Amino acid sequence: MTTILQAEAMQRVLSRMAHEIVEQNTPVEGLALIGLQTRGVFLARRLGNKMREITGHEVPNGSLDISMYRDDLSLRGSPPTVKNTDIPFGLDDKNVVLVDDVLFTGRSVRAAMDALTDFGRPRRIQLAILIDRGHRELPIRADYVGKNVPTSLKERIQVHMVEEDGVDEVGIQKI
Amino acid sequence: MNWTRKHLLTIEELTVEEIILVLDTAASFKEVSTRTIKKVPALRGKTVVSLFLEPSTRTRISFELAAKRLSADTLSITTQASSITKGETLKDTAKNIEAMNADFVILRHSAAGSPKFLADRLHASILNAGDGAHEHPTQALLDVFTMREKLGRIAGLNVLILGDILFSRVARSNIWALTKLGANVTLCGPTTLVPPIFRSLGVKLTTDLDSALKDADVINLLRIQHERQRQTFFPSIGEYSRMFGLNPERFRLTKPEVLIMHPGPINRGVEIASEVADSPRSVILEQVTNGLAVRMAVLFLLNGVQGPSADSGAG
Repeated sequence: MTTILQAEAMQRVLSRMAHEIVEQNTPVEGLALIGLQTRGVFLARRLGNKMREITGHEVPNGSLDISMYRDDLSLRGSPPTVKNTDIPFGLDDKNVVLVDDVLFTGRSVRAAMDALTDFGRPRRIQLAILIDRGHRELPIRADYVGKNVPTSLKERIQVHMVEEDGVDEVGIQKI
Repeated sequence: MNWTRKHLLTIEELTVEEIILVLDTAASFKEVSTRTIKKVPALRGKTVVSLFLEPSTRTRISFELAAKRLSADTLSITTQASSITKGETLKDTAKNIEAMNADFVILRHSAAGSPKFLADRLHASILNAGDGAHEHPTQALLDVFTMREKLGRIAGLNVLILGDILFSRVARSNIWALTKLGANVTLCGPTTLVPPIFRSLGVKLTTDLDSALKDADVINLLRIQHERQRQTFFPSIGEYSRMFGLNPERFRLTKPEVLIMHPGPINRGVEIASEVADSPRSVILEQVTNGLAVRMAVLFLLNGVQGPSADSGAG
């Protein structure tokens, strides 16, 4: 695995993204962060912490599991692991920023937007992504990107985060 | 771990990891029923047929609601409304259901092993919703889910199953699930309804109800299954109630944090007094809520498994 983002660089990237989100969404009232399970949840929490440092405001934070909304459930060999969805606030008229680690085909984001509409009618949905690796299969783009990483389909992006993997690191690997 | 089973036939065949995966998945699905829009598209376009050839309210509507909350199309066949009354065999009825491209068949039948019989013959996923006195897997899963949710663990818990063990599929499935997960299971009831052979399943048998009640973290009460008893196993309902019913006097012997469970339907004044059934220690209605989440989880997991022979995988 070749490292493309180390711990310190990841911190800087997340600080910049937090600033960009605040810049585009001032005042931050009505803003909410929703992370996609698993690592998007940790990214959303970290962005939320940084945004609180910047603005002094606590931005509501939720987690979303999209397994029940996937469009490939009947194409997989075995069912995906379903993790918790916890959105402890109403979404009507909220300005939601979806957060995920890697943007690839765009299908997870499509599923996430379907899921969000079951929780309410957000005024706006934006997308924050740590790594954009290209190869979109749907007309979806990110509003906030940590790092653009051109990849081939024979490569895999691996995001490690302290909360789950004990280390902050992003690597690229040949399959 | 990966779920590899196409059918849910028994708890006996499940590994500990598989049981825990169902419980964890159910915990995630429980949230869906708390939403304003209580529906997710996971089984969109799938057809779920419930074939209930024995009476049932709870299990049938629980399975149907679970399937609907996953966006499946559901239809329900009960004995009175089916061609079973015209002499059609189970296999023929099921083959006809399959000819309409059903993806799941949920079967309740008085014959032990009938779900396995269908699983060997149909392409659809088969879910056992109770086969004779054999097993009732989703009931055991929702029971252990409720215990884990309320008490935080299963291992080491003292679980007392009280009542008609002999005729109870709920007891058998619970014994498999609880012993696999490390609970200490004690059975109690009239000696005619608690055969010594159950010791071979790794459980304790007792006739000393009072001391069993004192030790229990969970008391799972079972109904007397009149419909399965062709002879008399105890002198009278009144005597059963006096000897084994959980009345207010016996309830006072239990631990203050004990869980009172019952798979329903409850017979107030027979195996359980109203005062106990309606007490804060009773989680009977929470079992019903959790049953929905467990059945959604099971349908979701089985739906993800492709291939006709996936049922042979041991986990």
